Amino acid sequence: MLDVLIIGSGGAGLTAALAAKEKGASVLVVGKTYPTNSQTSMAQGGINAALGNVGEDHTDFHIADTLRSAHGLCNEDMVRKMCTDAPKTIAWLESIGVPFSRLDNGKSDVQTIAQRQMGGASAKRACYAQDYTGLKILHTLYDTCLKNGIEFLDEHYLLNLIVENGVATGVTTLDIRTGEVIQINAKSLIVATGGYGGLYHGYTTNAYGSTGDGIAAVLRAGGAVSDMEFVQFHPTALKGSSILISESARGEGGYLVNTKGERFIDELEPRDVVARAIFEQFQNGQEVFLDVRHLGEEKLMELLPQEVELCKLHEHVDPATQLIPIKPVAHYSMGGIDVNDKLEVTDIQGCFAVGECSNAKVHGANRLGGNSLLEITAFGKLAGENATQHAFNITPHETNVQQLTQDKGYLAHLYAKNHTINFYEKRSELGKLFYEKVGIVRDNAGLTEAMKALHHIELLHQHMGLADKSPTNNTNLIDFLEFSNVLQLASTIISAALQRDESRGAHFKLGFETMDDEKFKIHILSRINRES
Amino acid sequence: MKINILRSQTNTQQTYELPDKETTLLNALTHIKATEDATLTFTVGCRASVCGTCAVRVNGREELACAYKVQDGDEIEPLNYHPVLRDLKVDKNKAKETLLKSTTWLQSFKEAALTHKDEKLTETQTDCILCDSCYSACPVYAVNPDFLGPFALTRAYRYSVDKRESNVKNIIDHVQTNGVWDCTLCGECTAVCPKGIDPKMDITMLRGDSITHGYSDPSFTTQSFGTPDFGGGGFGFDPNAGF
Repeated sequence: MLDVLIIGSGGAGLTAALAAKEKGASVLVVGKTYPTNSQTSMAQGGINAALGNVGEDHTDFHIADTLRSAHGLCNEDMVRKMCTDAPKTIAWLESIGVPFSRLDNGKSDVQTIAQRQMGGASAKRACYAQDYTGLKILHTLYDTCLKNGIEFLDEHYLLNLIVENGVATGVTTLDIRTGEVIQINAKSLIVATGGYGGLYHGYTTNAYGSTGDGIAAVLRAGGAVSDMEFVQFHPTALKGSSILISESARGEGGYLVNTKGERFIDELEPRDVVARAIFEQFQNGQEVFLDVRHLGEEKLMELLPQEVELCKLHEHVDPATQLIPIKPVAHYSMGGIDVNDKLEVTDIQGCFAVGECSNAKVHGANRLGGNSLLEITAFGKLAGENATQHAFNITPHETNVQQLTQDKGYLAHLYAKNHTINFYEKRSELGKLFYEKVGIVRDNAGLTEAMKALHHIELLHQHMGLADKSPTNNTNLIDFLEFSNVLQLASTIISAALQRDESRGAHFKLGFETMDDEKFKIHILSRINRES
Repeated sequence: MKINILRSQTNTQQTYELPDKETTLLNALTHIKATEDATLTFTVGCRASVCGTCAVRVNGREELACAYKVQDGDEIEPLNYHPVLRDLKVDKNKAKETLLKSTTWLQSFKEAALTHKDEKLTETQTDCILCDSCYSACPVYAVNPDFLGPFALTRAYRYSVDKRESNVKNIIDHVQTNGVWDCTLCGECTAVCPKGIDPKMDITMLRGDSITHGYSDPSFTTQSFGTPDFGGGGFGFDPNAGF
């Protein structure tokens, strides 16, 4: 039987695969697209490690900054582990050939890696590769996976985890090409399926596929999710298209200005603070722009070539000479699958979760820029190693095909049923609803309304279905399953947000504008009540 | 405005009407799928030209759907030389095998003192998003389906010039068969790359490195040295042949 089955082929999944293989495990990586298509490619700004290549820095500072930004909602041991592992993670990335940007300092090895300022950081700590850091790490990981003979199963969509007596034994997936439902058994599972920013459809920097598939599957399998109300809004997405403009634009000296041309916030505050300041400008009828003109064309092309392209293409704006119109949109899910210090999923033995889908409690109420690429690589390794250890220590369970039969039945039902409501409309509706009522600034009245509207969409779900009945390569079916997953997660976000009568990090509630440690220095967990 | 999309089931162009406003092809496709025809099949990802998912051909030229602004009368087709799975969705597995064959990875790491100049050596090459546009535009595939192709060779070049690489020879060894010498240097790959990469130049550089490692152009060898009548079939004057 397969030792380690990894669902998701982004940076976390690939790192976990390499680590597990290195420890001697047999490994299979299953993904709904191809390995290099993942959200990791979109990470731009950098990856944090207190190398001190540009000015003084220490791991303790990195820990302190991360804890401060997390607003008390993190596991200090995990933060300490991630930040302490950061320099050796960079050394590992250096050893597999990641093409980092470099300094001319006469030194060698990792000491020549360029580091830049990001929001909320007390030093220039983010190692980068122009503004393509995620892309270049992801592709180097992929190349290394090919080198190490990692096996991939592309275009397989996760349907459900198979859990018997609280122990994970495998998954069911849909082969997107053939339409077949298959079962893959394994001694250990790693869920590395990414976040749920796609819920904010139309109002997110995330790719279409960031639909929390693994998080929803864990919920259905009896696992827990936590801190779901903490959704990070990135301050600077392009106004028209919601396409991300990296925080490094501000790190490199960019300003935020309103219609009157006034600066209104220290641009290097953490993202939650900056996003709220922009929101406030909007409330006052102001538009907000990112101004990087003073950096000059040469520097822009050197440091932010991708941003310049995207601005020209999507907003018809040349950042060297013009202001960039921006708005904050959903960017990162701090919450996710609840895991312990071993990254093992609460209540599901042998199932690990890593990366944006997991809540390893290192970002708390607000993630720092540069810490997500660090999490996927530092903890990707941890997940791979722990999953391997688990696989080597257990006697495999007898497996049955109950889940497989059930999932085949569900798909047959889906193909057979007629529908009266177009789910694509509801997907847009849900995205807008969440952006407006479960967004940067929340209040209980709005959240209650959102819950009501959500329940309505949930009720209508039974009248939604497939307009395309093709058994093979049916992307309408995948869109529907993805929508069903975000819909499943939606109520966990609103109910946690309703419950949290305080403001902390990315969760800001009118009427409760301060942090209430006495009542709310807690992680709010959600489960599906399987009996009900 | 109207656009025409090649449907795989009928192998005919289907015309779709779009609102008359500026929009990316990707937005147009998702709009059609969501409102008009859910059977239209294509692949989407990041919307920001970085995930490599959405390359198609527009009026015969490779484009990222997310970075192309739709024009009235556009004809949209799937990538060339990829098995079509359905409509614009293609199978990229065979194309990806070229990476394995070319061994496009750091073979053996050695510590190095990299500088800003070294970063620049591979900055553009490492912008590659594996969208397969270059593969689709490459005319060599019409005659040699086993050609390693532009993106794999660019990636091989990228590792070969990395100062951290201590076994450049292994990379060079793996790009000889169906590799650097099979390219016609037509430059179609360079013309269509959405990230401004120049595989033609990278392949030219790899040829130079191959010669340094003792390889030579096999077509040159057979034509110039292999035939007894070097006045006719060869590649012109051969200084080593003697008269």
